[in-house]
Amino acid sequence: MVADGNIKLEVEGLSLSFGSVMALIDVSFRAREGEILALIGPNGAGKTSLLNCISGFYHPRHGQVRFNGLEINRVSPSRRAKLGISRTFQNIELYKGLTALDNLMAARHVFIKYGPVAGSIFFGKARKEEIENRSIVEEIIDLLELAEARHRVVESLAYGLRKRVDLGRALALEPKLLLLDEPMAGMNVEEKEDMARFILDIQELKHIPIIIVEHDMGVVMDISHRVVVLDFGTKIAEGSPQEIKRNEKVISAYLGKANQSGERAK
Amino acid sequence: MWRPCGIFDDTYEKDISIVRTLPQQVLTITGLIALLFLPQLLGAGRITTVNLIGISVVSIMGLNILIGLTGQISLGHSAFMGVGAYTLVMLMNHLGFSFWLALPFSVLSAGLIGLLFGLPSLRIKGFYLAMATLAAQFLIPWIIVHVRPDLTGGTSTLNIAAPSILGFTFDSQVRIYYLVTFFAVASIVLTRNLQRSKIGRAFVAIRDNDLAAEIMGVEIFRYKLLSFFICSLYAGLAGALWAVWMGAINVDSFTLHESIWYLGMIIVGGLGSVPGAVFGVIFIRALEPFSHYIGPPIASYFPDAIGAAIKSGISPFVFGLVILVFLIYEPRGLGHRWEIFKHFYRRWPFSY
Ligand SMILES: Nc1ncnc2c1ncn2[C@@H]1O[C@H](COP(=O)(O)OP(=O)(O)OP(=O)(O)O)[C@@H](O)[C@H]1O
Ligand SMILES: [Mg+2]
Repeated sequence: MVADGNIKLEVEGLSLSFGSVMALIDVSFRAREGEILALIGPNGAGKTSLLNCISGFYHPRHGQVRFNGLEINRVSPSRRAKLGISRTFQNIELYKGLTALDNLMAARHVFIKYGPVAGSIFFGKARKEEIENRSIVEEIIDLLELAEARHRVVESLAYGLRKRVDLGRALALEPKLLLLDEPMAGMNVEEKEDMARFILDIQELKHIPIIIVEHDMGVVMDISHRVVVLDFGTKIAEGSPQEIKRNEKVISAYLGKANQSGERAK
Repeated sequence: MWRPCGIFDDTYEKDISIVRTLPQQVLTITGLIALLFLPQLLGAGRITTVNLIGISVVSIMGLNILIGLTGQISLGHSAFMGVGAYTLVMLMNHLGFSFWLALPFSVLSAGLIGLLFGLPSLRIKGFYLAMATLAAQFLIPWIIVHVRPDLTGGTSTLNIAAPSILGFTFDSQVRIYYLVTFFAVASIVLTRNLQRSKIGRAFVAIRDNDLAAEIMGVEIFRYKLLSFFICSLYAGLAGALWAVWMGAINVDSFTLHESIWYLGMIIVGGLGSVPGAVFGVIFIRALEPFSHYIGPPIASYFPDAIGAAIKSGISPFVFGLVILVFLIYEPRGLGHRWEIFKHFYRRWPFSY
């Protein structure tokens, strides 16, 4: 399980603060083609903030994000989406009034070229593009077993299914880098196994870097090639899952947190 | 898939089309034929009101895109209709344009002015945006009255010639009915299509979750402005039709009062539903004659002074009451009721 593909993402010396809270302090790491990189750390460590910096939603105070060798610090989130940076959200940020199908179709936005006039007439080119993109979306629906949700408004879907639609939407963007923020949080064992299977399928199919934030160490050990550990905004360790399991700093970071509060990670 | 039981789509092409089954086709065609003979069915006397409904449908299709789909707000919709109406009349009366030549300009100018007043939406939302668009509702009539009263007629009424096409002149309410109905049906079809297109999905994405929309590649600024633009295009078209319907224009037709009635139609119809919006228009526009009908009998129970106040005040009173009732009991509007009815019909006889 060694990933030796090209480097796709480089994060260098990233720092971010909210008032007096230092969310990220001088964080650097790289992600390669075809690898599943787990990003772990206790609650409030800065994992989501790091993903937000990569997808352009937060602006780091210092440091750089490079994607495909291109510095993207000043690139807007929607342009980053066009570059192929796609993600899911910790708290499922779907378009709740749309069906699962339309949520996925909405993520085809950057690939659909027709304009408002063609859209209003909905004939010829527009219809053709809709059908082409629909069949791509249908492949994702098959892959993630979303058929039962297809024509249902996502608001009405069960939590686990919504998490899957969120993943489906991220896939519909044809990602070249996929960021998953706690895709299995709040799921039962069976749902977690399904999700892990989907993530491995995606990795095999797409051969892109996948960065996954996850608290369940069992899952992290099972599916990730490499692990980056954050604590209080700083990177305290990086390495293979086996190395991380034995790392003193990591153990004490988690134990320290466990003593302070009920711990989520095992 | 909520289709009559047992009917499934074998292609995506069928799945995305609006009119799908044979009964739907029959119903659509019957409806269109009924529209063709509506003046004969209703009698010429009621056609003036029907025309107002048709014009309001055109207008509401635009507002529904802005409010219902994109989740923005405009309190200046009636003013944008005024832009359309005045542009039409200015071009026809002062530059000698024909109606058909002036129409695209009047639609476009309303669109651009609407876009201009939509600019604040890039920075502000909700209540503050409502206030910013309210500015349009005060500025535009002020400009019409004060800037070039020699051209716009100030507060007085300007007449226009009836438009004609291939020797057919739209010079009676029954004839105007066909003009209005053509544009009303076209507006419904076009906006219904827009809603299921890439653009409609982007609008709803902005409404439901603008942060996620941006991260999934939707250029929020561009699409918010596009929504204001399209919304006002329809306002402009409705304004031009209004001018034809009245045979004249007056600045008093494009007031805040009207803008609020349009909001009422959206509330009654339900956000984002095209059939709902049509129901909302019919419902609210029928309220006015209804109020005049029930006003006098109610007033007769009260002493003269109060009775007179009731007669004149009953229409806004009923309007307010209806809005309250809908907000409290059916915030999803008539459009939602319609969906429930359709689901019921489609699952019949297996209701579960
Ligand atoms: N928008 C914000 N405004 C203010 N503070 C923020 C904001 N976003 C994050 N923070 C702070 O930054 C720190 C890191 O938060 P972050 O959400 O990145 O942690 P996390 O590792 O994802 O935690 P969790 O496991 O709970 O999801 C926290 O102290 C948090 O309170
Ligand atoms: Mg987080």
